[in-house]
Amino acid sequence: MDMDAFNDDFKVTSKGKHKSYEIDYESLTQGAVEKLMQADIEHISGIFGVDENTASLLLRYMNWNKERLIEKYMDNAASVTSSAGISPLEPPTSQSQAPIRSSIEAFVCPICFDDSQTKTLCLSCDHTFCASCWIAYATSKIRDDQEMAIRCMAEGCSLVAPDLFVRSILEEDTTTWDRFRELVIRHFVASNPNLKYCPYPSCTHTVSCPSASSKSSLATVVPTVACGASATHKFCFGCPIDGDHRPVICGVAKMWLKKCRDDSETANWIKSNTKECSKCQSTIEKNGGCNHMTCKKCKHEFCWVCMGPWIEHGTAWYSCNRYDEKDGVDARDAQSKSRASLERYLHYYNRWANHEQSAKLSIELYSKTEKKMEEMQITSDLTWIEVQFMKKAVDEVEKCRMTLKWTYAMAYYLDKGNEKELFEDNQRDLERAVEDLSELLESPIEAENIPTLRQKVTDKTVYVQKRNEIVLEDTANGFLEGRWQWNCSVDGFD
Amino acid sequence: MASISSRRLQKELKEIKTEGCPVGITLLEAENFDKWLFSIEVMGESQYQGEAYTLMFRFPPMYPIESPAVQFVVDQTHQSPVHPHVYSNGHICASILGTDWSPVLSVVSVCVTLQSMLASCKKKERPPDNDQYVSRAPDNPKKTRFHYDDDTV
Ligand SMILES: [Zn+2]
Ligand SMILES: [Zn+2]
Ligand SMILES: [Zn+2]
Ligand SMILES: [Zn+2]
Ligand SMILES: [Zn+2]
Ligand SMILES: [Zn+2]
Repeated sequence: MDMDAFNDDFKVTSKGKHKSYEIDYESLTQGAVEKLMQADIEHISGIFGVDENTASLLLRYMNWNKERLIEKYMDNAASVTSSAGISPLEPPTSQSQAPIRSSIEAFVCPICFDDSQTKTLCLSCDHTFCASCWIAYATSKIRDDQEMAIRCMAEGCSLVAPDLFVRSILEEDTTTWDRFRELVIRHFVASNPNLKYCPYPSCTHTVSCPSASSKSSLATVVPTVACGASATHKFCFGCPIDGDHRPVICGVAKMWLKKCRDDSETANWIKSNTKECSKCQSTIEKNGGCNHMTCKKCKHEFCWVCMGPWIEHGTAWYSCNRYDEKDGVDARDAQSKSRASLERYLHYYNRWANHEQSAKLSIELYSKTEKKMEEMQITSDLTWIEVQFMKKAVDEVEKCRMTLKWTYAMAYYLDKGNEKELFEDNQRDLERAVEDLSELLESPIEAENIPTLRQKVTDKTVYVQKRNEIVLEDTANGFLEGRWQWNCSVDGFD
Repeated sequence: MASISSRRLQKELKEIKTEGCPVGITLLEAENFDKWLFSIEVMGESQYQGEAYTLMFRFPPMYPIESPAVQFVVDQTHQSPVHPHVYSNGHICASILGTDWSPVLSVVSVCVTLQSMLASCKKKERPPDNDQYVSRAPDNPKKTRFHYDDDTV
């Protein structure tokens, strides 16, 4: 089996290049962002007739807002220049700007009081200090305070060291100089609503996503982006939530997470890995991702999530995902009302938390399967490629469980009615497909049944992918068409 | 590189010993280059007439590139002055100890600034967020990012 044929098994036919749940964006390396920044600097330098160091300081002072800088500069150039920490005495065209002064006779540095220092430096204000004090100061500002405006050390002097000066004092310390450049770039990115820095630690990539830069756009799209440095660096351009929260928009996702934080105590008991069998009361532990439980003692088969009999789950009567809204008839007094609202919340929270937990458990379980597969590669004539179908399936299950997880946050806030029912139909179909595949992945593996298992798993994986597409696409279309109605007020909706 | 702080503090100490401190400021203890204690009194007519407070300086190895940690001593025998920028645990909200610190400032110049901060006080009262701040304040005031609401100090 060659690789292409193998991958074809998993291909889902896509209608167009751009799916409604995907957003256009571009990932940029630090070098590419630096070019954008340089273009702005050159633009300003050209208009004002100042050197690039000065243009850069002016832009930083105005948070890279070119229009406002030009406006202010035209109004009062001297005032903007001095507020930005630039000396008016500085020549408009920098020839050498060599900051290193030759040794002054018997110079005593007013900071370290070392009279043996021969190398001294100053900005155009002539406040002179020894080179080693400048180095120590700039290094401490950059490394400890994450500061990119290196001001003159004299009290009350507000001059900012131009990049050329910083560069020259950090000559031998490229790590600090690189850190300084990163700080400037981060500031440029943070000042531009079309750009966002990758939130993964020590990653230096940036994503450009102009179609999600306004607050109002976030009511209709979920801007999930990837920085391009690594496949795992997926994040939301619109909010600080980790990873991919499709299909639900940022505002609703944020509300749901807040609700979960506020109610964390009430919901804590759900997270436990053990429950009692509803028939014989013996303790049952969940150790896989599958929700189909069989009591070891009495053989009762039930659903881990709703504790209902499993037989109903395989049929058209499947409604484990739906919450039966009791129309408030039996909720007359405040106490039963609050009990009903807690019950309702727990229905959604329970399923939300279960998908997260199940995803983790199936990954754990897969590591055992993987070992077994590796052993089988040695004992039988299976190739590496022939045992990869399980990995593909587990990855897909994990991805779909994340979609399902967020559909429960969405359903919690969706208003009763036809649209919600259709949403829950799609949710149910995906959930059933995922649970089926999940169960299949936990079936015993023997070398001789691998071909049949592979066929089954591959078929189910393709089906699960299709169901996931439908949920993502239909929900995204619903946002674009304004189809979703909420049972509370949501940012960006009337 | 020999510790920048020790050479600088040696020099400051020598100056204090030869030239003395300004009126109302007395060096109480300077046995090492980690911690110094001063007594501060406001001279002339003020809210703090006849009161003396103890000011503690703790020096990081990068002093004076980095600012010293400065606070009033508070224990069984010492209290911090009641002042809108001084917390009851002795921490001080003053921009020269934070963002406006300059390496050319010295221990004595900090003492003088804090002395005049007390002298100009019109009404003895604690900062409005005193209880809230003190209950969760770090041991080292430098770990707090103060919000300098008033530039007169
Ligand atoms: Zn020096
Ligand atoms: Zn200066
Ligand atoms: Zn990244
Ligand atoms: Zn988001
Ligand atoms: Zn049982
Ligand atoms: Zn169920």
